[in-house]
Amino acid sequence: MIDLRVEFAGLVLKNPIITASGTFGFGLEFSSFGDLKRLGGIVVKGLSLKPREGNPMPRVAETPCGMLNAIGIQNPGVEAFLRDKLPLLPWRETAIIANMYACTVPEFGELAGVLSGEEGVAALEVNVSCPNVTHGGAVFGQDPTQIRKVTEEVKKRAKGKPVIVKLSPNVTDIALCAQAAEDGGADAVSLINTLLGMAVDIRTRKPTLANVLGGLSGPAIKPVALRCVHQVCRKVSIPVIGIGGIVSAEDALEFILLGAAAVQVGTANFLRPDQSFRIIDDLPRAMIKAHSDSLGELRGSLKLP
Amino acid sequence: MVERNCREVKVREVRFLGTWDEPSDFVELTLDNPGWESYRPGQFAMLRAKHWGLELPWGRPFSISRVDAESVTFFVQVVGRGTSRLARLRPDDVVIIWGPLGNGFSAPPATPTLLLAGGMGIAPFRGYIENHPSPEFLHLLFAHRASIDFYPYLNMSEKVRAESIQERSPDDLPLIIARLEAAMDEYEGGLVLACGPTPFLRTVQAHALKKNIRAEVSLEKTMACGVGACLGCVCKDGQGKHVQVCARGPVFATADVQI
Ligand SMILES: Cc1cc2nc3c(=O)[nH]c(=O)nc-3n(C[C@H](O)[C@H](O)[C@H](O)COP(=O)(O)OP(=O)(O)OC[C@H]3O[C@@H](n4cnc5c(N)ncnc54)[C@H](O)[C@@H]3O)c2cc1C
Ligand SMILES: Cc1cc2nc3c(=O)[nH]c(=O)nc-3n(C[C@H](O)[C@H](O)[C@H](O)COP(=O)(O)O)c2cc1C
Ligand code: FES
Repeated sequence: MIDLRVEFAGLVLKNPIITASGTFGFGLEFSSFGDLKRLGGIVVKGLSLKPREGNPMPRVAETPCGMLNAIGIQNPGVEAFLRDKLPLLPWRETAIIANMYACTVPEFGELAGVLSGEEGVAALEVNVSCPNVTHGGAVFGQDPTQIRKVTEEVKKRAKGKPVIVKLSPNVTDIALCAQAAEDGGADAVSLINTLLGMAVDIRTRKPTLANVLGGLSGPAIKPVALRCVHQVCRKVSIPVIGIGGIVSAEDALEFILLGAAAVQVGTANFLRPDQSFRIIDDLPRAMIKAHSDSLGELRGSLKLP
Repeated sequence: MVERNCREVKVREVRFLGTWDEPSDFVELTLDNPGWESYRPGQFAMLRAKHWGLELPWGRPFSISRVDAESVTFFVQVVGRGTSRLARLRPDDVVIIWGPLGNGFSAPPATPTLLLAGGMGIAPFRGYIENHPSPEFLHLLFAHRASIDFYPYLNMSEKVRAESIQERSPDDLPLIIARLEAAMDEYEGGLVLACGPTPFLRTVQAHALKKNIRAEVSLEKTMACGVGACLGCVCKDGQGKHVQVCARGPVFATADVQI
């Protein structure tokens, strides 16, 4: 039996597979497709202080080996999450990570204050990288100074809960952003969020998404995600969570090989709603393929030329 | 085979049971029954052929047309990448399926019920008619563009009172709308159920609200997950709030939705 447990940033996970924000709802949507307790963790849909209706339709478009989305962080607000969703989640067995969305530093602080008081919330993930919304997120994610400020503020209000800063790839040097998060006191960074993209229709001569721009995700972005994780792992000493295009156990191990402590699975949940569970089942087989009997041995063992 | 059974939705891999005589843009897709014991007509399933690979990361939503002990049947019109691949399935190809999803149509017994189908919108009504407790109360009105032979209409018209109208050119549209509205007028106090293209549903909704006729419409949106998680398929409810068509619909009372 290969031990799949991972420990980092004060979190203890059964396995390194965490479902990514916005692709797994509040977890409950998937409870008939697999036992949520088997997941390493669940990052819930982005939460804001007040409910948000999100962007107009159409909001999603399928692209070769990927998709664009401009949901605009539609969510019922943090209070409704804590009241209606969190009590139904198996938070004693599986790490429930709250993904936070806000437009100002004080708002991020307030959100962190509300969430960190909850026993069922294992960690806070700060979305500084949402490229979908015309103001707010994008500003933080592209400016290392802002990333540091937000991180400091959230950390101050986190009551000791681990703070994960989720980075945008839509920057010139993502390692600088990771360093800014580390300087601000982040316990970990997760990357990547979606790549800014666009789709158009020559028949209607209109953009496919009502928001015009959207975030690209799925297998198409995996090479970019691997590159980013590689650059960040070499620059910071805090744990890194790899995200982007992971659809198989092999994909997950690729990120761990680069040094990731754990990974998040996003768009793959749409391939079929039990995909994250299948990836977990498949990890032992993929480990054999990687000639490894422990994640610790594999982690960061990349042989550079 | 009627009843609501949403909690036990699983992903299954099932065999494609049919063969195609010749390539067509309208196909009847029969799969092994994935272990469904019941469903409610108007519900749908997400389909994805196993050999699709990663190029098309989403499943595709299709109304469940009929279910029996051995098999489940869909009617698919080829409109793009996924449907053209489904129409080229070969015997014993494996299809990944999750469902039944969504809510389905009301089926009150002994209530005069008008079924309004536009094009492929006829698909869910096949099972609706077969499962209805009092089919003598049903009336099917079918508006279509392609030849009637492409649809499961003939089979259905043997079971209930039915009529069809073909739109041969856009000039026919006013006539078709007039026929729809006249038919609906006979169902004040009854129930109207509609499934078809969005402009068709808008016409039905406008008339139902104007004449205060109880009506339900089945909406079509592009779907990525089909289970309420991605928020890519939303419409506005009666209060203007975004709700997922896959999880809260696809069937909505006309008073509760903005089309
Ligand atoms: C609840 C529900 C039930 C449905 N039932 C049936 C059915 O019984 N039979 C049937 O033939 N079709 C049905 N559809 C429509 C079917 O899902 C789409 O035609 C299909 O997803 C198109 O896939 P594609 O890959 O071939 O098209 P794509 O290559 O993805 O797109 C081709 C074109 O179709 C449009 N399109 C894509 N997805 C949808 C969609 N879900 N609805 C409307 N337009 C879309 C795109 O905007 C584009 O213009 C249903 C849709 C829903 C939401
Ligand atoms: C439909 C959709 C909604 C998303 N919503 C959020 C969100 O609310 N907050 C967030 O931080 N990331 C969000 N993301 C980004 C994902 O969590 C993930 O970072 C990204 O999709 C890349 O991973 P993937 O290629 O595995 O999907 C969303 C992605 C998708 C596809
Ligand atoms: S298709 Fe994902 S929420 Fe409806």
